[in-house]
Amino acid sequence: MKWYIDGERPIWIQLKEQLTKQIVSGNYQCGDRLPSVRELASEAGVNPNTMQRALASLDQDGLTMTSRTAGRSVTDDEERIEQCRQEVAHRIVKQYVKDISELGYTKEEAIELIRKGNER
Amino acid sequence: MKDLIQCINLGKSYGSKEALCGVNLEIGTGRIIGLLGPNGSGKTTLIKLINGLLTPTGGEVLVDGKRPGIDSKKMISYLPDKMYFADWMKVSDLLDFFTDFYEDFDRTQAEKMFDTLGIHESSKITKLSKGTKEKVQLVLVMSRKAKLYLLDEPIAGVDPAARDFILDTILNSYNEEGTVLISTHLIADIEKIMDEVIFIKEGRILKHASADDLREESGKSIDALFREMFHSDVYKGRKA
Repeated sequence: MKWYIDGERPIWIQLKEQLTKQIVSGNYQCGDRLPSVRELASEAGVNPNTMQRALASLDQDGLTMTSRTAGRSVTDDEERIEQCRQEVAHRIVKQYVKDISELGYTKEEAIELIRKGNER
Repeated sequence: MKDLIQCINLGKSYGSKEALCGVNLEIGTGRIIGLLGPNGSGKTTLIKLINGLLTPTGGEVLVDGKRPGIDSKKMISYLPDKMYFADWMKVSDLLDFFTDFYEDFDRTQAEKMFDTLGIHESSKITKLSKGTKEKVQLVLVMSRKAKLYLLDEPIAGVDPAARDFILDTILNSYNEEGTVLISTHLIADIEKIMDEVIFIKEGRILKHASADDLREESGKSIDALFREMFHSDVYKGRKA
């Protein structure tokens, strides 16, 4: 997968966001095994410790789980994934509303823009 | 966890010039640490004290609990800021030397990496470009299974593509128990691979912290923080 990392925010948070997106968008599916920490770190060009921190945080959120024998895999709890998907969507919408209102648009106009933007 | 490197009130003076002063540092295992500071801030002096090439004029430095000596040389893989290869040497001679000198040298890995880079073992060192020489040196240093890698300006002389290769090499070949200390002033390049940073200025440690914690606190990249911290020195308080 392609990674986009800048230096301005904690790198582990950026890694976590991008992994979360892969999971909630279904690129990694329920129960799929994830590549090892080292493989993922090498692919993203980051320190394995940083990748480890991102993955541990996914474990904590219940999106992934680690077993001694099988390594790390995506949770088989579909509900949890759907819940996370909605959280991500909510964050994107919130950001959009903030950006667009800074340009002076009302909520109704913003909704109209989305409709039109899709048609263009 | 026991610290791999411990500096206790460490100091080094050259005559009346203080290169390092009152350095207290604790560095653990399994991490990549950026030693960041402008030219002449004491980076090379600190590295040379850790591997025993210099002796302190104050305080002490311990590596794995011991003063630098024969034991510590076995577990430290050092990339100096200057080339030390003799003119008559070929790449194959260097492989022989490293095999002889270091028990932990993985010759097969080094050969594989030279092959990937298209560096021939029959090449004479003096015939190689500056960047290629640096790559040769780094491949050798990183092919040891050391506990501590001390890399003094490993990316200064190479082009951006070679820089990526060097960073990949560092990431892939250091082991979980190994610590890598990289001194550089090219911070943007190692931004993504550092766990911790040490800011050093005029022989004193200004900050030693986790890279992500610093980003979280400041909302800035380590590169930006560095520029901020040292900008005024360059211009000596005058406006640019």
